[in-house]
Amino acid sequence: MHGNEIMNFLFPNDFHVDWSLMVVLYPYITGLVAGAFIVSSLYHVFNRDEFKPIARFALLTSLAFMLFATVPLLNHLGHPERAMSIIITPNFSSAMAGFGILYAGYLVILIIEVWLVYRVDIIESARNTTGFKRLFFKTLALGVYNTSKEALDLDRKLIKIFAAIGIPAACMLHGYVGFLFGAIKANPWWSTPLMPIIFLFSAVVSGIALLVIMYQVIMKYSGWIIDQKCLASLARWLWLFLIMTVTLEVLEIISLSYKQAEEWEIIKPLLSNQLSISFIGIQMIMGSLIPFILLMVVVILDKFLHERVRNTLTFIAALLLMMQVFAMRWNVVIGGQTFSKSMRGFKEYIPHFFEKEGVGASIIIMILPFIALTIMLKILPTFKNVFPVDTGDDNKK
Amino acid sequence: MDDNKEIKDKEKSMTRSEFLAYMSASFTFMVGSSIFGRFVTEAEAKAAGKDNTKVEKKDSSGGSNTDTKPKHTEQDYDPFNHAWIYLIDTNKCIGCGMCVRACKIENKVPDKFNRTWVERYHILEGRGALIDSPEGGLNGFQPESYSKVTKTFFIPKICNHCKKSPCSQVCPVGASYFSPDQVQLIDQKRCIGCGYCIQACPYSSRFMHPDKHVADKCFWCYHRITKGYDPACVHACPTGTRKFGDMTKPDDPIRMIISTERVQVLRPEMLTIPQVKYLGLDMEVR
Repeated sequence: MHGNEIMNFLFPNDFHVDWSLMVVLYPYITGLVAGAFIVSSLYHVFNRDEFKPIARFALLTSLAFMLFATVPLLNHLGHPERAMSIIITPNFSSAMAGFGILYAGYLVILIIEVWLVYRVDIIESARNTTGFKRLFFKTLALGVYNTSKEALDLDRKLIKIFAAIGIPAACMLHGYVGFLFGAIKANPWWSTPLMPIIFLFSAVVSGIALLVIMYQVIMKYSGWIIDQKCLASLARWLWLFLIMTVTLEVLEIISLSYKQAEEWEIIKPLLSNQLSISFIGIQMIMGSLIPFILLMVVVILDKFLHERVRNTLTFIAALLLMMQVFAMRWNVVIGGQTFSKSMRGFKEYIPHFFEKEGVGASIIIMILPFIALTIMLKILPTFKNVFPVDTGDDNKK
Repeated sequence: MDDNKEIKDKEKSMTRSEFLAYMSASFTFMVGSSIFGRFVTEAEAKAAGKDNTKVEKKDSSGGSNTDTKPKHTEQDYDPFNHAWIYLIDTNKCIGCGMCVRACKIENKVPDKFNRTWVERYHILEGRGALIDSPEGGLNGFQPESYSKVTKTFFIPKICNHCKKSPCSQVCPVGASYFSPDQVQLIDQKRCIGCGYCIQACPYSSRFMHPDKHVADKCFWCYHRITKGYDPACVHACPTGTRKFGDMTKPDDPIRMIISTERVQVLRPEMLTIPQVKYLGLDMEVR
């Protein structure tokens, strides 16, 4: 408050961090859900045909992560057995009360969309298999076996409609997460109307980055050719959303710093001490500046790049960006709790490996969506029109 | 009226008897500190040129609230007939920590956490405030000597029972609510333990109960005030720093102070309308 404030006092109840690593994971996972969905919508709604090779995969990725988005929250709650009260008897003055509607609504849209996209393949599988498998696919087909041209046209229209509804739904789902933090006036590090927008843009970044990584890994693993047009386009969109995200993030800090209002008294030491590594080092330099340069090379020198160089550069950039978005979630959620509400002191938070909400639990929760995705990929034919590397790149190009 | 006696006797069982035992043990300390406290605060008040005579008169009985007689019983308690208010006259606080200890015992507050606490401020010339609150002031304060101290004071803190409370606003299941008698309460059987209210409270009055896994905070000893007693901290305060009143009663002495004196609240910029009013706050206090 008076310039050379002595930073030594925490309120007695402020000695630990309440919202743990689990609350960092939750926005990270919903961000991946929203980001992946938006890539699939770029194809289904905005007719970006270059995304056709991964449109289906993006949709499945979104669903796989959506299924596990609530797991970290349930692990965090003091009374998870009462969690359904949020959906059954919400208190509508709370931002968190929107959770049930947004989550359930989006999940329904996502499942319908996946079903419509894979309907024909499910019917084919039901026809071509026997026994238990046949029964399984017949159940998935929900008794609809119409694959006439009219039916397929209707499918395409419905897919477009649901993908179109899905975009605002995905934005709401993740914007809501940002709003949860942005609406807390007691916390100067969270309280900004920019928060939902920052969350949304970084969600798209993490979603595209995840797809870049997964697409390349699956193609390499299966021995298929990576569609360079698709990858170059992903890199372009990734670069665009990275620029927008970092602009917003930096704008927020610059505005706080320039206003020199009361909150800057605590945010300045927060950024220069507590978050110096995770914010400046990881989020801004390693996670933003380096991928920005790498992707700039990919985008600007697109014509001159050998495909291996393009693959490698986008892969590294995507990895760094996955880390950047995680660091951003960490810096918001944990960073906002490392200072006391007295605005006069800081506390430490180092998660342990074997605690209930620790690193071990986080790793397990992060692996679950990948297991679900692997199973889905086994059941549903996701990558079509792929060519093995052996047939020669030259012919395919 | 026999019923009332029974209720009183019931209430005196377990926690209350423990509490009284503790009180008698620290009686000597209490008397000493009370006399010392009054001496100091009167001197301070004179030095500050403040007219605290009204407040002083109320406390002339030695300690503010000798609540041997309940004002009403639990049976005839109607929450719609009360509007509780809490006043903290910081000029009088001597930092003995009796309130914190009383609260710990009365409400079985878990270790490390505090429903109420006392902060000690040393204002250093040109360097702002040096603040401490060891264990929330549970065992009082050890003397410290800093150079260039311009003023020192104690600030008791408690849940502010805000009328426009961010905590009950953000509770996703409505477990936190503002009762008709103007007390912020938590239905701990409904609380899901999300911790959103803890994040939303600007005063850090709330904490996650380590055993019950639900949000916990000061309820102004709701189990006591509905039976006609003062909250434990008010009852235990030897100097009359903490006072509890009812804004619906025209002749309530605390209502008189709040209506006629210049009172302040903590962090008024948050617009939470706290029901805990302060006399003699300093600009360094947040």
